[in-house]
Amino acid sequence: MMGNGFRITFWLFLSPVLLWLFLLIVIPHIDLLLLSFRGESDMGDPIWTLQNYKNFFIEPIYWYTFLRTALYAMITTFCTFILALPVSFYIVKLARPRTRGFLTVLLLLPFWVSELVRVYGWMILLRESGVFNYFMLKMGIIDQPIEMLYNDITMIMGLVYTSMLFMVVPLISVMESLDDSLIEAAHDLEASRFDILRTIIIPHCKPGITSGSIVVFMLALGNYLTPNLMGGKNSLWFTEQIYNQFIASFNWNQGAAFGFLLLVLSSVIIWVGLKVTRQNLGEVAS
Amino acid sequence: MTNDLSVRNIVRKFGDFTAVDDVSFDVPQGSFFSILGPSGCGKTTLLRMIAGFDEPTAGTLTIRDQDMRGVPPNKRPVNLVFQHLALFPMMNVVENIGFGLKRRGMSSAEISKRCVAILERVDLPGYGKKRIDQLSGGQKQRVAIARCLVMEPSVLLLDEPLGALDLKLREQMKVELKKLQANVGTTFIYITHDQSEALVMSDRIAVMNEGRFEQVGSPRELYNDPRTPFVARFVGDNNSWSGEVEESAEYTTICTSEGLHFRARSHRSYKSGTRVDLFLRPEALRIEPKDLTGLNTFKVSVKAILFDGANSRLLTVMPGGHELLVNLPQNRQFDHIEPGASITLGWHPDSGLCFKV
Amino acid sequence: MKKVTLLAAACCFFMATAVQAETLKILTWKGYAPRVLIEKFEKDTGIKVEATFSNNEEMIAKLRATRGAGFDLAQPSQDRISSVQEKFKIYQAVDYSRIDTKLFIPSMLDAVKSNTKVGDNSYAVPFCWGTSGLIVNSDKAAKADDWNALMDPEFKGRISYRLKRPTLIAVGFALGYDPFALYSDAVGYKEMLDKVAEALINTKPLVKNYWANGDGLLESMRSSEVFVAMAWDSGGWKLHDENKAIDFKAPKKGALGWIDTFAIPSKAKNVDAAYKWINFIMAPENAAYFTTQEKVPTASQGANAFVSAEVRANFERSFPQETIDNIKWYPPVPAKLEVMEGKILDKIKAAK
Repeated sequence: MMGNGFRITFWLFLSPVLLWLFLLIVIPHIDLLLLSFRGESDMGDPIWTLQNYKNFFIEPIYWYTFLRTALYAMITTFCTFILALPVSFYIVKLARPRTRGFLTVLLLLPFWVSELVRVYGWMILLRESGVFNYFMLKMGIIDQPIEMLYNDITMIMGLVYTSMLFMVVPLISVMESLDDSLIEAAHDLEASRFDILRTIIIPHCKPGITSGSIVVFMLALGNYLTPNLMGGKNSLWFTEQIYNQFIASFNWNQGAAFGFLLLVLSSVIIWVGLKVTRQNLGEVAS
Repeated sequence: MTNDLSVRNIVRKFGDFTAVDDVSFDVPQGSFFSILGPSGCGKTTLLRMIAGFDEPTAGTLTIRDQDMRGVPPNKRPVNLVFQHLALFPMMNVVENIGFGLKRRGMSSAEISKRCVAILERVDLPGYGKKRIDQLSGGQKQRVAIARCLVMEPSVLLLDEPLGALDLKLREQMKVELKKLQANVGTTFIYITHDQSEALVMSDRIAVMNEGRFEQVGSPRELYNDPRTPFVARFVGDNNSWSGEVEESAEYTTICTSEGLHFRARSHRSYKSGTRVDLFLRPEALRIEPKDLTGLNTFKVSVKAILFDGANSRLLTVMPGGHELLVNLPQNRQFDHIEPGASITLGWHPDSGLCFKV
Repeated sequence: MKKVTLLAAACCFFMATAVQAETLKILTWKGYAPRVLIEKFEKDTGIKVEATFSNNEEMIAKLRATRGAGFDLAQPSQDRISSVQEKFKIYQAVDYSRIDTKLFIPSMLDAVKSNTKVGDNSYAVPFCWGTSGLIVNSDKAAKADDWNALMDPEFKGRISYRLKRPTLIAVGFALGYDPFALYSDAVGYKEMLDKVAEALINTKPLVKNYWANGDGLLESMRSSEVFVAMAWDSGGWKLHDENKAIDFKAPKKGALGWIDTFAIPSKAKNVDAAYKWINFIMAPENAAYFTTQEKVPTASQGANAFVSAEVRANFERSFPQETIDNIKWYPPVPAKLEVMEGKILDKIKAAK
C-alpha cells in the first residue's frame, strides 16, 4: 500500500519534467527531423528525400563553413582554458577568502547584461574611432587609427570573453578539491612549476576541464551574435548559415538538415575528444 | 659524528605572533630525531622551514654544511612525508615512487629498477601497478615513505604520518618505522604530538612549547628527568601537587596544599616558602608498602579501578578530594582491592620532582 | 451562496479583461508605428496596439511558422508578397471596400494591387516607399555617384553594404545587367549572380564590413570610418541633418525603389482593427507625421502638405524629376530566385 502511494507520488512529481522534456524538446526535434527529410521534386511536389543532407557534403561552402566553425570553436575552447586555468588557480589557491568572493562576482558581472550589449561594448572600445584608438593616438603609440574589429582574432577574443565564466566555474570547483599538500609534495619531490602544472594540477582538474570545454565548445559553436557582429566580412558561422536557410532562403528543410548535422557532428567531435583523452561522459558529469 | 642538520637561532614571525622563537639544535647523521609538542606549538612551522616551504625570519639552517637560505623545496636534499601522505591519486604506486626520479631526468629503466628495490625495502613487493585507492592505510604509509626514500635524501622529514591510522596499526607502524630507519640509515626528523610515538622511535626528542624547545634529550632522560614542569606534564602521565617549600637540603621538603609533608628531588635548592609543583609518576606509587623507611606515605581511598591489562591503574582520592593515578601491577597481589577501600600509598623521595611555579 | 458570488465575480473579471484586451498586433519595421500615432489611435478607438519590429525575411518566417497566426497586420515589401502567398498562404485577400481609397495615391494603390495579385485577389495596400542608393561622404569621396563606387579601389576600407539581395541587384546593375528583366529567366539570372559574386569576392578587401544594423552603419558614417555605403535614402537624410557633407545620392543607374505595404495575415484575430489602423495611419496628417519623423514618404494622398519643410527639402534635393523617373522599382520576386541568392550570399561571405 505504502509502496503504491509512493509510486503515484513519484510519477506525479516526475510528470511535469517528462512533459516538459517531451513537449518542448522531443516533439519539436522530431518535427524538425521530419522536416529535414522533406524536399521538392523537379515538378515542385513535396517528397521524402536525402537531398538536404547530400547538399551539405556536395556543396563545399557548407562543410567548409562547418569545419571553419568547429576549428574556431576549438581554438576558442583552448584559449579559454589557457586563460581560465591561472585565473581559477589564483581564485582558489592564492586569493584571500574575502578577495575570492569579490573576484568571483567580478567574473559574473559581465553576465548581468545581455550578450548583445557586451558585444557592442567591445565594438565601442575596438572600432577605428573607438576608445582604444583614441588613447593610443593621444599617447602617440600610433599615428594612424587601426581597425581592430572585423577580423578573426577579435572574434575569437569576443568568444573567449563570452565563454570565460563557463570554464572558470567548473575549474574552480575541481580545484577546490585539490589538496595543497599534493602540490607541495610534488614541489618537494623536485618538480618545477611547470611539472606540477602538467603532472598534478591538470590531471586532477581533468573532469572540470572536460566539462568546461564541452560547454565552451558548444556555446562557441552555437553562438550567432559574436561572430556576426565582431567577425566582420569573412566570418561565416555555421549558425548563420542555418539562420540564412530558415530566414533568407525560406528553405526550412535545408535549415533543419543543417541543424541536425550541427547536432550530430558536434556530438561526434565531443565523443572523439573524450576518447582521445580517455574519459567517459558519466565521469565528467558527476 | 657529523651533523646532517644544524639549526641556529631560528625565528619565524607571522605579524606579531612568534611561531618559532630562537630555536637551535643539531641532528647527527643517521639518527631518529623527534620534535614533540602540542598542536600550535610551532613544530609544523619549524618542519616547513626545514623542507623549504617557509623561510625563517632570522637564524640559519644548514643541511650537510650547506646554507639553505633561499633554496626552494625542489632543490633541497630533504624530503617530506606529509601528514595526510599526499600520494598522487592520479598515478599508480610506481608512478608515485618514480615521480621524483623522473624529475631528475633519470632513465626509465633505472627508475623502475630503483622502484622495485625500494618497494622490496618497504615490504610491498609486486605492488607497483596498484592504484593508490586499492591500498590499505599502512600500505599507503609505506608508499609515501618509499617515495621519499627513493630520492636518497640527506634528511627525511615526517609530519605526523601516523595520525590518520587506527590505533592498532599505529602501534605496529611505530615499530616498523623504527626498524626501517635503522635499516636504511637515513636521518629521520619526526614531528608528532603523540608522546608515545616519539618515545618509542626516537634516538633523541625535542619537546617544543610555544615556539621554544623546552628540553632536548633521549627518551629516557625526558621521562625520568624532565627539566621543566611542561615536560614533566607532557611526557608520560604524572600526578601533581602544589605546595610550599619548607626546607631545602639533600631533599626538598614541601608542604602540599592538603597539609601533607613530602620529601622530593629538585634540580636546584629553593628558599623556604617558595611555591612549587611536585610531580610524581603513577608507577612510582607503591600500594601498601611493607618497608616504610625513607618513604613518603599517606592514605587514600579507591574511587575506581581502571583495568587495562599491563597498564591497569587505580583512580584514588585523597581526603581533600585530590585525585591520583596509581599503577596497579597485575601480579594478583592486589586483587582484593575494591572501589571504596582505604589503602596506604608510599613513594621514594627520588621519584618525585619539584619545580618552582 | 458564497460560491455563486465568487463565480459571478470571476466571470465579470474575465469579461472585463476580454473587453479591455482588444489589441492590434502589428508585425512591422522599426519606426513604422510611431509612439505618438499609437497613442492617438488608442485614444480614438480604445484598441491597444502591440508592434513587433522585424524585416522582410523574418516577417515571412514568423508568419510561416504559425501559418499566418499571431499577428493582425504585417508590413512586407510589395515584391515579397505574391510568391510567398502562392506557396505558404499566409495572408488573406484585402477587402478594398473596407479601405478608404481616397486616402491613397491612385497610381501606387493600383501598382501594389497588381503586383500582389494571386489568382483573382490582391493581398496588399501600399504604405510608404523609398529607395536604396548610396550614402556618400562628399568630403572624402566626392566622385562616388554610381553603384560602381561600392567596388572602387580608391575607397579601399571605407566601403560598407549589407550582404543581402538588394546588394546583388545593385551590383547586377553596376555590371550592366538588368536584373529585373532577368527575373523571369532563371538561367540568365544565375549567370548574372555568378558574375556578381565574382565581382564582390574580388573586391572584398575593399569593404570595411557588411553592415547588419542600420544604426551601426550611421555611426560608422558619422565617425568617418565609412565614406561610401549602400543604404536607404532616409538614413542618408538623417546624417545630412547633422553633417552637410554626408548625403543620400541616387546612383546614376537608378536608385532601387521599394514599396512597403499593409497585408493581413490569414489567421488574423482582429481584422477590423487592422483596417481601422490602415485608414487611420493613411490620413494625411498622420502619414505626414510619420514622414517627418522617419523621412520616409508615404502613399497617402495629400500628406505632402503636412510634411515639414526640411524633409521636403531633402526629398527635392535628392530626387529631381529625372532621378525619380529613373528609379528601378522592384517587381515581385519569383520564389526560386531566393534560394539561388541565398547560396551566392553564403559563398561571398565565406570567401577569403
